[in-house]
Amino acid sequence: MVLLKELVEADGVSGHEDAVRGLLIKAIEGRVDEYRVDALGNLIAVKYARGERGRAPQKVMVAAHMDEVGLMVTRVDRDGYCHFRPVGGIDPRVILAKAVRIGDEKVPGVIAVKPIHLMSQADRERVLEFDQLTIDLGLGGDEAGRKVKPGMVAAFATDFEVLDEGGLRTVKGKAFDDRAGCAVLVELLQGEYPFDLYGAFTVQEEVGLRGAQVAGYAVNPDVAFVLEGTVCDDSPKRKDISPTTRLGAGPAITVMDHSVICDRRLVRLLVEAAEAEGIAYQFKQPGIGGTDAGAIHVQREGIPSAVLAVPSRYIHSPVSVLSLNDFDNAVRLMRGALARIPEGVFSQRLQGGLEA
Amino acid sequence: MKELIKALVEAYGPSGSEEQVRAVVTQHIEGRVSDLRTDALGNLIATVRGTGGGKRIMLAAHMDEIGLIASFVDEKGFVRFNPVGGLRVETLVGGRVRFANGLRGVIGAEQKGVNGMPTMEQLFIDVGARSKATCPVQVGDMACMDRDFVDLGERLVAKAMDDRIACAVLVQTLLDLGPTPHDISFVFTVQEEVGLRGAQTSAYGVDAELGVAVDVTMTGDTPEARTMAVALGDGPAIKVKDSGMLAHQGVRRWLVDTAKQAGLPYQLEVLPGGTTDGRAMQTTRAGIPVGVISVPCRYVHTPSEMVDYGDVQNCVKLLVAALSGPIVL
Amino acid sequence: MQIAEFLKKITEASGVSGAESMEVAGMIRDTFAGLADEVRIDALHNVIALKRGEGDPSAVRPRIMLAGHMDEIGLIVSKVDAGFLRFLTVGGFDVRTLLGQEVVVHGRRPLKGVIGCRPPHVLPAAERNKVVPLDDLFIDVGLDAASLAEVVEVGDLVTTRRTQIRLGGDNVVDKGLDDRAAVAAIAECLEVLGRRRHLWDVYGVATVQEEVGLRGAITSAFGIAPQIAVAIDVGFGKQAGVSEDEALEMGGGPAIAVGPNFHPKVHGRLVDTAKAMEIPYQIEAVPGASGTDAWAIQVTQEGIPTGLLSIPLRSMHTTVETVDVRDVERTGRLLAEFIAGLDEAFAQEIAVQVRRLNGRGG
Repeated sequence: MVLLKELVEADGVSGHEDAVRGLLIKAIEGRVDEYRVDALGNLIAVKYARGERGRAPQKVMVAAHMDEVGLMVTRVDRDGYCHFRPVGGIDPRVILAKAVRIGDEKVPGVIAVKPIHLMSQADRERVLEFDQLTIDLGLGGDEAGRKVKPGMVAAFATDFEVLDEGGLRTVKGKAFDDRAGCAVLVELLQGEYPFDLYGAFTVQEEVGLRGAQVAGYAVNPDVAFVLEGTVCDDSPKRKDISPTTRLGAGPAITVMDHSVICDRRLVRLLVEAAEAEGIAYQFKQPGIGGTDAGAIHVQREGIPSAVLAVPSRYIHSPVSVLSLNDFDNAVRLMRGALARIPEGVFSQRLQGGLEA
Repeated sequence: MKELIKALVEAYGPSGSEEQVRAVVTQHIEGRVSDLRTDALGNLIATVRGTGGGKRIMLAAHMDEIGLIASFVDEKGFVRFNPVGGLRVETLVGGRVRFANGLRGVIGAEQKGVNGMPTMEQLFIDVGARSKATCPVQVGDMACMDRDFVDLGERLVAKAMDDRIACAVLVQTLLDLGPTPHDISFVFTVQEEVGLRGAQTSAYGVDAELGVAVDVTMTGDTPEARTMAVALGDGPAIKVKDSGMLAHQGVRRWLVDTAKQAGLPYQLEVLPGGTTDGRAMQTTRAGIPVGVISVPCRYVHTPSEMVDYGDVQNCVKLLVAALSGPIVL
Repeated sequence: MQIAEFLKKITEASGVSGAESMEVAGMIRDTFAGLADEVRIDALHNVIALKRGEGDPSAVRPRIMLAGHMDEIGLIVSKVDAGFLRFLTVGGFDVRTLLGQEVVVHGRRPLKGVIGCRPPHVLPAAERNKVVPLDDLFIDVGLDAASLAEVVEVGDLVTTRRTQIRLGGDNVVDKGLDDRAAVAAIAECLEVLGRRRHLWDVYGVATVQEEVGLRGAITSAFGIAPQIAVAIDVGFGKQAGVSEDEALEMGGGPAIAVGPNFHPKVHGRLVDTAKAMEIPYQIEAVPGASGTDAWAIQVTQEGIPTGLLSIPLRSMHTTVETVDVRDVERTGRLLAEFIAGLDEAFAQEIAVQVRRLNGRGG
């Protein structure tokens, strides 16, 4: 939990993942054989295969993205207010009256909102778009212009806190999508495996799965798993429809989303591992969202891929909630799955066949 | 060729679950090719070696069809779904579906809160289950539309003409092709309907010098149709442009010249909406010249797609003629 | 280089996406041939000029790729309808700007035509308040149906007609300045480099099919596999209706883009060069996809550190695109000075370093 707290409290809006990457390098330095930071800023670590190796070991890649959604300053006006546009998919309704921090210096600001007293009923029912909002730094025009420049990014200023110590063991914070995935990956890099394990902490997932694309191309693994923090929409609803995932029901396995149809053999592998080890799991509602697997699975000649996620309420907003039970079960399930990857099936990709 | 077409279009094969289609294709071409393999995503790659001096060519037709994926089973056993590929809601109400194991169902619609056309969220599949516990469908199961192949004589009707008719064209081309100077990979791709994914990866692996995709295209010959100069029965359509791709001018010219020399009818195609595997093939590695031959088709992405049998046979003849001799672009 | 004249030449040449070989590609190839060591044309018809860095021609040097797209948006004949032509757009045309536009239809021979619209006298008031949909537009080349069918067929391309207009100040108006202004900047850069020393190999690429999906950039970057790349495109110049957040100053120099699409070191070095050489520049904050060749180039193979320079331009994607010629010259000069400053040290700095933590190898 300590690492998760550190990771979510670090700021890493897409394109500016340095602080998060720094923490992750420190966390994995004792666990891996080598790492590199590529042209886009991906952190790619390798743990070479242990034990007897008669022939070339398989390559397994596990990816999680370091970046979070945020805001980019486009202009600081005469009065010191910062105009901005979203980085990644943010609903403009969630940012009203929230606290942010800008750049490496973490300059504090708030999303200013006109007082309710001065608004008509009609005004209050209108959605405010990004170009109608500004960040208030509390500084005059000149000083604001010195401290904040166009291109700087703002992250939500949210602290990590425990909500429920027992029971669901819930915690709140920002960026569980996908620092939760990063934290799971750090745990997995602790283990020893009969294959080469590539841990790819990717950049810029939120603006188009960018880091994953080049990481997938470069590593070109036999198999890839993507770890995510995913949509959990289990609040009460009028109709009996899918919550996408439920908090506390275990890590969520993806069958299909907008970006990928997961390899059915890997989905089966995850299910078998869960059932064999008595780990709670669920299927994520098909057709919702997209992940790094979308970019990875179509690299080169194709890479069989699967996605496992920790359910997280209110992703892409200033405050998310997840259950550490789900987090722990995600780690256990991935360990179980990695232990069950068969020899030969995936490393002979061209003859791999697809026995249903 | 009608038996081949029937077997292909009636097979179950929504994007990501093309194995039954792959089996039908394999059955028809096994033993006639020097190499037959299935790659990591499920693309079926059949290679025919040439006599030498020609080009490395990739042909592509996709095996997958649009479908539905079960997203939620409610307490009463009704199954909610999401689309797989470009499913159109107006083709669904009252439709019938089939799951991989043959289980059948009906698509129903909510009544309250529906103004005119329901949205996809207001539809559900009814497999006759009484409750969630006894419903045989699980989240993640995929279904295709359930319709038989109908032979109207000159015209053929079925679901999944897009793109099984092109698979049939490729199979028949392979069977009819005599000696050729070119090394040709006949690629039966997967997951075209969800983003040309199989074409992208197979093209990278095949690494051809020239590509031709075969797919269906719409027509402008039905009442109040969107303007389009393609008509059923007027011959194979040689693509100039669609919404994702501009065909290589040299490839287009080569196909047009072949049609003229062989005395085959043809049409030129500018498609306002939709694209094909050709788009993915064109930008593979450092880029290759790519063209597309289209089978004109009415009612695309409905369960009753209609093609002209003469057009289909002429597509085969056009491809065979084009591949039989040297190619100068 | 006489930029305004060069712009006139290359923008009046035809080269719709996918058919750049019509006129413009050959023209650019000839121009590049006079400024570089080699020019070649690849499978998709990108025009690729190589100007080698100093030293033995066969030695291996780090590579920088410059990309500016030469394709223009245009129209394509979708149907020959009695004596008129129905059409679709190639690339993002604002359909509203086409009414009354003069065009050239490239059939068996080029035909001059106009995109007609029905006169107000015969239109009901309700219709006059609505945008004419693409399906209702037609091209009239003034021929009868029979003659038309002999010259034009489905798939023939159509370009808009515009002769260069010199406005006040240093502003010129042409169609296709998006993105031929960038090609002019690349040519200017190669010309300046002819008078300077540079260590890196320079690949100047006039890319194809940017307007229909960055297609040429994807493939040319794969083929060249440069160490770094700088794309050059046009940006939204200040004009009525364009929000201040998005607008660039006309005459304010090239905008150097910052954001996830761009490598911070490439951005930083472009800014430092502009400052050191006293070239006017602006900063453009881009939160996501830049909508330019840079977006495709950045994720080629294992990733390429990429930058973007944008030339301020008004009325983008119309036939009255307007640039300040000084901005084109400044962009070319900034590129040349940037390249002249590239050395072995920067090549090392930008390269991917592997940290080995113990003896274990793979």
